Amino acid sequence: MSASPSALGDVTPQRMSFVQPLPLQSGAQLPAYELVYETYGTLNAARSNAVLVCHALNASHHAAGTHGSDPKSLGWWDNLIGPGKPLDTERFFVICINNPGSCFGSTGPMSIEPTSGKPWGSRFPVVTVEDWVDAQARLLDRLGIDRLAAVIGGSLGGMQALSWTLRYPERVAHCAAIATAPSLSAQNIAFNEVARRAIITDPDFHGGDFYAHGVVPRQGLAVARMIGHITYLSDDAMATKFGRALRNGALGYGFGVDFEIESYLRYQGDKFSGYFDANSYLLITRALDYFDPARTTGGDLAAALAPATARFLLVSFTTDWRFSPQRSREIVQALISNRRAVTYAEVDAPQGHDAFLMDHPHYHGVVRAWFDRIAQEVAR
Amino acid sequence: MSTPLSVIADLVPHGSRVLDLGCGDGRMLAHLRDTRGCTGLGVEIDPQKLIAAAARGVDVLQYDLEQGLSLFGDRSFDVVLQIDTLPNIRHTENALRETARVGRLGILSFANFAHWSIRLQILTGRLPVTPELPYEWYNTPNLRVATYADFERLAAHCGLRLVDAFGVRNGRRINFAPGLLATEAVFCVQGA
Repeated sequence: MSASPSALGDVTPQRMSFVQPLPLQSGAQLPAYELVYETYGTLNAARSNAVLVCHALNASHHAAGTHGSDPKSLGWWDNLIGPGKPLDTERFFVICINNPGSCFGSTGPMSIEPTSGKPWGSRFPVVTVEDWVDAQARLLDRLGIDRLAAVIGGSLGGMQALSWTLRYPERVAHCAAIATAPSLSAQNIAFNEVARRAIITDPDFHGGDFYAHGVVPRQGLAVARMIGHITYLSDDAMATKFGRALRNGALGYGFGVDFEIESYLRYQGDKFSGYFDANSYLLITRALDYFDPARTTGGDLAAALAPATARFLLVSFTTDWRFSPQRSREIVQALISNRRAVTYAEVDAPQGHDAFLMDHPHYHGVVRAWFDRIAQEVAR
Repeated sequence: MSTPLSVIADLVPHGSRVLDLGCGDGRMLAHLRDTRGCTGLGVEIDPQKLIAAAARGVDVLQYDLEQGLSLFGDRSFDVVLQIDTLPNIRHTENALRETARVGRLGILSFANFAHWSIRLQILTGRLPVTPELPYEWYNTPNLRVATYADFERLAAHCGLRLVDAFGVRNGRRINFAPGLLATEAVFCVQGA
């Protein structure tokens, strides 16, 4: 087998079991559960160099490195995390945890519910960003990490990073929230709802308990993914990549795949529905919908962010219309009015929301400089 | 050569919360932090300068000053700096009013276009090229130039109080005939 394409090389996921139930925002609780996670780098003797990476909707604990040197197994943020990378694993101990409710190994709807011996399916409790942060905090407790040098996340991961600074302000020194928003807009929720309806109305969904029927609501999940994917790309990026290019050089005068963009979306949808769990998609989009720290402060975001004491980095991308720069500026403005330390970069990138996963010199340059300073503080 | 850091820094009270508009690579804010115990925030539109400032541990917002300062509350900073920023702003008057709104004290410096050497060069029929304004008329990044006396008038027009005003020559403060003898002008202003 060829050498790993990752500077980090091969990594091994780990698993941790929790017996103590996790109380949830809904009032329900998650009984005994398991979390899968990966770590990169070495925790220093003072346990002061830990950085938590929070993943977004479609991603997992596998943020960097490869499994079995397979190039296709490259972690979703491998261009940012690794030796000599902006988040340098020579200096930081990096942790990424698969959130409960997801479908990459941590307890989720596909897991067996202990009392019934059957998959959780439709009975898996609705989890929130806050619940995930609590679950992550418990895992850090067990690793002996009291305080994070930094928490970082993009998109939904950025919401978790922000939530960390509110729920555990004393445990977070720095927070990087990238391509994120303080809450979803009505339009964001609308897209999520269309995606959920596509899944729920698929005849193979069976009210969420499709596992027992030996089927998967693939069609609905594929459509959900297609909708999501449209919101990840900018109009310009789509125009550049696909334009009106035809798949077979001529119009088909039917409803098959005529345009390249159709082919691309169908491919993405099919691929996604082959590995992602439909119930997880419902749960995670709901967690996105519900995130809104200012809900408890009458819409006053500055008041909602008042508990945060971390130093912040916010990054947005000019062509991101899912979580536009304006949404990041709302967070920046709230933090400034609270007199918090904040650096904000508005990166001119063509890719839309997906830009947060790309290697862009300005974006990565800022993240690198910001982490360099943290590394200097940690070393002091 | 622009006004030395120390000349401006001497005007900033110890421990101030400082907003530096057009902060460049964050040099001034780092200097104020290290020598005067100030906290602060910069605003800069150039990504490379933003990265340089971040490397100094200076917090910067990437933001176009032409959009105004609505991000910032009234009197939310002790000091607002505009060091060599004024000539690069299209909406000069608004920027000045906003500086006085956001800061308890505004400190502005810029090249004085009425320095005697410039006056002499103009007499030859050519636009001047000086150490402070090292560009030809056709490649200058500055949107405008201003003189010591011009700024006094604009400040008065905006209803601002001049707390201090002086010229700089050879990196040192001069108070005598700054309009003629200073290569740089420095103004400390306050809103009404």
